[in-house]
Amino acid sequence: MVYPPKVAKEPPLLERGPIAWVRRNLLSSPYNIAFTILGLAILYMIIPPFVKWAIIDANFVGHSKADCTGNGACWVFVKEKLNMFFFGFYPHDQIWRPELVIASAAALGAFAKFVRGLHPFKLLLIVLFPIYAFVLLHGGSFGLPMVETSKWGGLLLTLVIASVGIVLSFPIGIILALGRQSKLPIIKSLSVFYIEFVRGVPLITVLFMASVVLPLFFPEGVNFDKLARALIGITLFEAAYVAENIRSGFQAIPKGQYEAADALGLSYWQKMALVILPQAIKVTIPNLVGTFISLFKDTSLVMIIGLFDLLAMVTVTANDRDWLGMDTEGYVFVAFVFWVFTFSMSLYSKRLEKKLDTNNK
Amino acid sequence: MPAFLRNEKVRGILYQIITIALFIAFLFFVAQNTAHNIEQRGIKTGFDFLHATAGFDITESPIPYTPMDTHLKVFEVGLLNTLIVSFWGIVFSSLLGLLIGVWRLSPNWLINRIAAAYIETFRNIPVLLQILFWYNVVLATLPSTRQSINLFDTVFINNRGFFMPEFVFGPGAWMIGAALFLAVVAIYLISRWAKKRQEKTGEQFPVFLTGLILLILLPLLAYFLAGRPITAVMPELHGFNFRGGKTYTPEFLALLFALSIYTATFIAEAIRSGIEAVPKGQKEAATSLGLSPLQQLRLVVLPQAVRIAIPSIINQYLNLIKNSSLAAAIGYPELVTIFAGTSLNQTGQALEILLITMLTYLMISLIVSLILNWFNAKMKIKER
Repeated sequence: MVYPPKVAKEPPLLERGPIAWVRRNLLSSPYNIAFTILGLAILYMIIPPFVKWAIIDANFVGHSKADCTGNGACWVFVKEKLNMFFFGFYPHDQIWRPELVIASAAALGAFAKFVRGLHPFKLLLIVLFPIYAFVLLHGGSFGLPMVETSKWGGLLLTLVIASVGIVLSFPIGIILALGRQSKLPIIKSLSVFYIEFVRGVPLITVLFMASVVLPLFFPEGVNFDKLARALIGITLFEAAYVAENIRSGFQAIPKGQYEAADALGLSYWQKMALVILPQAIKVTIPNLVGTFISLFKDTSLVMIIGLFDLLAMVTVTANDRDWLGMDTEGYVFVAFVFWVFTFSMSLYSKRLEKKLDTNNK
Repeated sequence: MPAFLRNEKVRGILYQIITIALFIAFLFFVAQNTAHNIEQRGIKTGFDFLHATAGFDITESPIPYTPMDTHLKVFEVGLLNTLIVSFWGIVFSSLLGLLIGVWRLSPNWLINRIAAAYIETFRNIPVLLQILFWYNVVLATLPSTRQSINLFDTVFINNRGFFMPEFVFGPGAWMIGAALFLAVVAIYLISRWAKKRQEKTGEQFPVFLTGLILLILLPLLAYFLAGRPITAVMPELHGFNFRGGKTYTPEFLALLFALSIYTATFIAEAIRSGIEAVPKGQKEAATSLGLSPLQQLRLVVLPQAVRIAIPSIINQYLNLIKNSSLAAAIGYPELVTIFAGTSLNQTGQALEILLITMLTYLMISLIVSLILNWFNAKMKIKER
């Protein structure tokens, strides 16, 4: 006898495919059905009006307020003011300079991803980049006309503050975290005091301090411009948060790693730089990205001390006499730009978290 | 290297001496420059300004304030306004965060996605932008006083704010408070007795239900016994504005809405991660013990989730209090706006004023972290 194997029957139609999915996820119980209806109601209340305002009734073509006839959004305003939103008061004929800096930053990023490891040429480029960017943006040499920092604005200023803040707060944060881990009581208590003080006060008070009081701390004649003062404030503020992130990384390092490094006869700095810090930073990268996301959002506070960042541009452009009453469009656009940056950062952090999760634990 | 430098202890002391010396030198440098600069610019020093007349008015104050009052009074008003907006912000962000957090865990795909979309949208937009949006766009485009949105003749909404009935406590109102206190004490005693009885006999007592009934019934009873001492004063339109009742200004509301909506995203995430951190085996064990889904949640999942979620929620409350300082952008008269803003501009004593402001926030943070530490110690798993 031969028993030919029977082909398995497919599950019934209601148990497979999209129908089963809908039944399982949306209609599994009376409660669930009620929730689905509630969800549909919420979507109905939000999405159609928004789409109607932002797309169907909106105006995209034209050059002045007169071209905005519908009841919807006037995207003509954003289109006409795009240069302001991106570069602030940067002179029109010089806008190629920030554009070039941003393009070079992207190229450098791609290059850094392409060349693995700590290639000396790569390190050199990374070290030289800020100087290059500053010379190009600020000018005054190499035949470039000078553009004072007070003219920088919009997204450019936001990116400058965020990147300088991230780059500078990182090493300071490491030093503070090391200080807090230290066995030397004086160094430890100074670090703890600094970190806890800064984390206990709002950023706005630190920015006020940096913009009003800081000039008093230095001899006469030493003058920081407004941007530099904001940068100092933000960097010193975020360094405390970076330090706490790195400390949480330290706590994840098994004691054996310290002992092994000691047993190898490494000095304190060798031990920290070669064994502990690389592991601690790796563990805490998702947290660090989180801190950098809030730093990016926090850059918007500089508008309170009178810098014209991306958010401040809404007020500036909507006060233009030809474009009065356009702040809704401005806020929505700026919110979208901020959202794109922060959301992609958080996606990146989630991906990293997954990638790092497999190695440990 | 000389021999004594090879001793780690000696090196440690040496490093610390160098640090201290550098630190003191830095402080000295700063102090000298500051003293010189302050003298050069003719800025007054010291804390005498606190007792000088402020000379400016404050748009809203929970305590009586006139321009003839001192800067110290300005500080008090600012601090009170900070605490008021923070309190309501904490209440609303908790409620909203709980709702969104529960939705985020819902098995219903649609609700789950809506909660996720809410979180990812509002968490990634700077809170200052949200404050300005509420203030300059939403609240500013409400109808004018005459065309107020009228909700049942009790609440009126227009571009000057929200006008709500105010509750006035007459004589005898203290009895309601006393009844409330009595109810709380009774609930505490009942729950202690019920717990003891359950440990002894295994019998359960419906503590929650009894508590709820007591909490509602006792104050209600007192209310009628005292002859209904609470009356509501309704806002009424007189000429161009409303009179009577309680007014919530657009500044207050914009700050409150933005802070609540922003902070709620973090609270929702904390609740989600807290509940998801409870191992699956715990739920399965509870199921195999025959507990109903509600009992599972109440007796097994929540007690463990709370331990993880509460510390980060308290941290979010602290962030909310600190973020309330962004009121400076829209002029809600809290600590930073009027004290570190107007008072600072009037007196020019930036150093003193900013120091006081920072120390005030530091004190608040310190109190909150003490509460957090107390909670952590109480919630720590007791291993025997």
